[in-house]
Amino acid sequence: MVDTRPFLPVSSHAGSDPTGPSENRRKPMKLQLSIFFVLLTVGFFAALLTSNNGSDNGFVKENEHGSLASPSSEKQLRPVSRGPAVGVSEKSNRLFAKDNENQLAYPWNNSMLSWQRTAFHFQPEKNWMNDPNGPLFYKGWYHFFYQYNPHAAVWGDIVWGHAVSKDLIHWLHLPLAMVADQWYDKNGVWTGSATILPDGKVVMLYTGSTTENVQVQNLAYPADHSDPLLINWVKYSGNPVLVPPPGILDKDFRDPTTAWLTSEGKWRITIGSKINKTGIALVYDTKDFINYELLDGILHAVPGTGMWECVDFFPVSKTEENGLDTSVNGPSVKHVVKASLDDDRHDYYSIGTYHEKNGTWIPDEPKIDVGIGLRYDYGIYYAAKTFYDQNKNRRVLWGWIGESDSEAAEMQKGWASVQSIPRTILFDKKTGTHLLQWPVEEIESLRLKSYEFNQVKVQAGSVVPLDVGPATQLDIIAEFEIDNEALEKTTGSNVTFSCSSSGGTVERGALGPFGLLVLADDSLSEQTPVYFYIAKGSDGKLKTFFCNDQSRSSVASDVNKQIYGNLVPVLEGEKLSLRVLVDHSIVESFAQGGRTVITSRVYPTKAIYGAAKLFLFNNATEASVSASLRIWQMNSAFIRPYPNDKESQ
Amino acid sequence: MGNQNLIERTCKQTPFYDLCIWSLKSNPESRDASVKKLAQIMVDSLKTKATETLDLIDELLQDGLALDPEMQKALTSCAERYNVIIRGDVPEINEALKTGDYKFAAKGANDAAIEANSCEIEFSTKSPLTDMNKVVHDVSVVAASIVKIIQTKFSF
Repeated sequence: MVDTRPFLPVSSHAGSDPTGPSENRRKPMKLQLSIFFVLLTVGFFAALLTSNNGSDNGFVKENEHGSLASPSSEKQLRPVSRGPAVGVSEKSNRLFAKDNENQLAYPWNNSMLSWQRTAFHFQPEKNWMNDPNGPLFYKGWYHFFYQYNPHAAVWGDIVWGHAVSKDLIHWLHLPLAMVADQWYDKNGVWTGSATILPDGKVVMLYTGSTTENVQVQNLAYPADHSDPLLINWVKYSGNPVLVPPPGILDKDFRDPTTAWLTSEGKWRITIGSKINKTGIALVYDTKDFINYELLDGILHAVPGTGMWECVDFFPVSKTEENGLDTSVNGPSVKHVVKASLDDDRHDYYSIGTYHEKNGTWIPDEPKIDVGIGLRYDYGIYYAAKTFYDQNKNRRVLWGWIGESDSEAAEMQKGWASVQSIPRTILFDKKTGTHLLQWPVEEIESLRLKSYEFNQVKVQAGSVVPLDVGPATQLDIIAEFEIDNEALEKTTGSNVTFSCSSSGGTVERGALGPFGLLVLADDSLSEQTPVYFYIAKGSDGKLKTFFCNDQSRSSVASDVNKQIYGNLVPVLEGEKLSLRVLVDHSIVESFAQGGRTVITSRVYPTKAIYGAAKLFLFNNATEASVSASLRIWQMNSAFIRPYPNDKESQ
Repeated sequence: MGNQNLIERTCKQTPFYDLCIWSLKSNPESRDASVKKLAQIMVDSLKTKATETLDLIDELLQDGLALDPEMQKALTSCAERYNVIIRGDVPEINEALKTGDYKFAAKGANDAAIEANSCEIEFSTKSPLTDMNKVVHDVSVVAASIVKIIQTKFSF
């Protein structure tokens, strides 16, 4: 059922249609001139306002994980549009107002908030979660540990949560693995990684924040190696095994990696840190995980990148379509260094060569070195960690997805953060510079009813509804073909485009934007576009951008409205391809087989439950596109506590 | 010159210089303070201002019968938001500053600014809290700026 409707760009502070409304051309000269002068004056005042905005607003900009509203909504001190009648919360929550305990903060009502909970992404039953920790496969179970606050929906009092799964999708919650019960982790049981020894035993290295707030590394191991659920953990009696070395500050020493074997038969780990503003990765060798020698050199450093958190270091095959154990090395292998930059809360990676003898690594392309080049994900995604899954011979990536709404909403709903769907990681042989991320195949077990659309034509400036039934739990695979004639005919220009500084989907180009509108209501008053934008340079070369526009994702004012995205390499002969996982308040989008990925959190007030719909759209001015899609309804993963009677205690 | 210089240099890197100077200098602990301590002083100031605002909101709500329903709703919502600042954001910032995971200090401070602003826009008619919301907002922004300085320039 195809129905075309003209796409009506909503007038916004950013968008300006260069051609102007057609009625103007019919007006007499005098009126045109006076309109011109009015526009000039308005423009002048607009310029004044926006320049003032910079100085007296002073909102801290690098803020994907922190602040939310863009500066312009910051200024608009006018009421939020009123929503439907408010339901009453039965939750007793010590953070509610002293009187009127059942009143909810407007505009979020119980219905809107409970919709936000995901159906098939990992999240604990309540409270705050952040970094993934120590993922591994052991005795038939995938294990996942995570930074957890047992007391509140904000970061603090951090301990290790734990869950297990047979398939990385259906998770069962277990008791907390480690709590802050020693002097060396009293102020935080922080991030760490697992290493599986040749005899199959597991060791865990993790960072503790001591009673004196010094960051140290500690060793822990399962209390009972024959317990496949690894419920109880023992901390080594001689902890800490590592303290900050000379020249490294007490608070710049955390997140030890999985260990890999050197040619001398020692274990080697790396730990991120910084010296002044240079992010670095320290290297230690050990034979027993208890005594360590710090290597003279460092694995790598990049000036100006600041503190490197959650460093990850792993090999990828240049030739095979499988993952590699962390200790693998050789001529057909490249090594990836990844760091989470504390300064901008993004995860960066770079592909290069590992020099085992002196424990150093050199990027293939210094221009896209760690921290200044490629990101795993151009949305809200941090503290990612991989592990080698020996069960299926693949390398799997976990990433923490925070919230981008206000903490008030988080406290009301009683939880904050989810994890991404685990992704396989492969070296992209075609570009040689990128990694490919793709949701693990087990997610397909959640697929229910499917819908197929073939060669749906979407004219320039139109929207096509896709009738797929409920649209809040979806797996979408799509391919787009853009009208070749338009591609060739369009004149190129020197204007540089970037998703984040663009006006979003309201900003029309000749060859874009076009893509999907997810979590959109019928009237499109709320919509989250996931789309491509093709820009043609003055040299005739095409650049494709992949973006996710949150600016109209919700009418609520206290949510992130940024536009995420980046360039995506599209090679000769490749069609534009897209995969989108929609799961209530999280949208994970993969372009060109996972070459560029964007995850976002979306909090609609209307486009929820049965009112959420899916559309194709094309807001280009010249090119038409045709789309072919397969869309599946997705089942819940029924993530819940491990059945009580089976727990070993 | 001593610490005057550090306070001035720090405040120059925040968008509300005067507020920053006043908040820091009026606290005697700022005299020999490190930048990290200055951040903590700013957070204490945030807590104080937020508590004062919440007290005012409670007072206004006591007026109960004299309030029109819209005003009552807005004030109640504001009370919720200020509770979040005091019991959620401030502890989060403090723990982050103490343990050195500064991005969570930035998160808490940025959120406090949002909560203050969200309170202000609840009022469709004249807000009785404009001045106090502005102070809380601006103090939060200053705190976030100082955290940024710690993260990117100093090593504490």
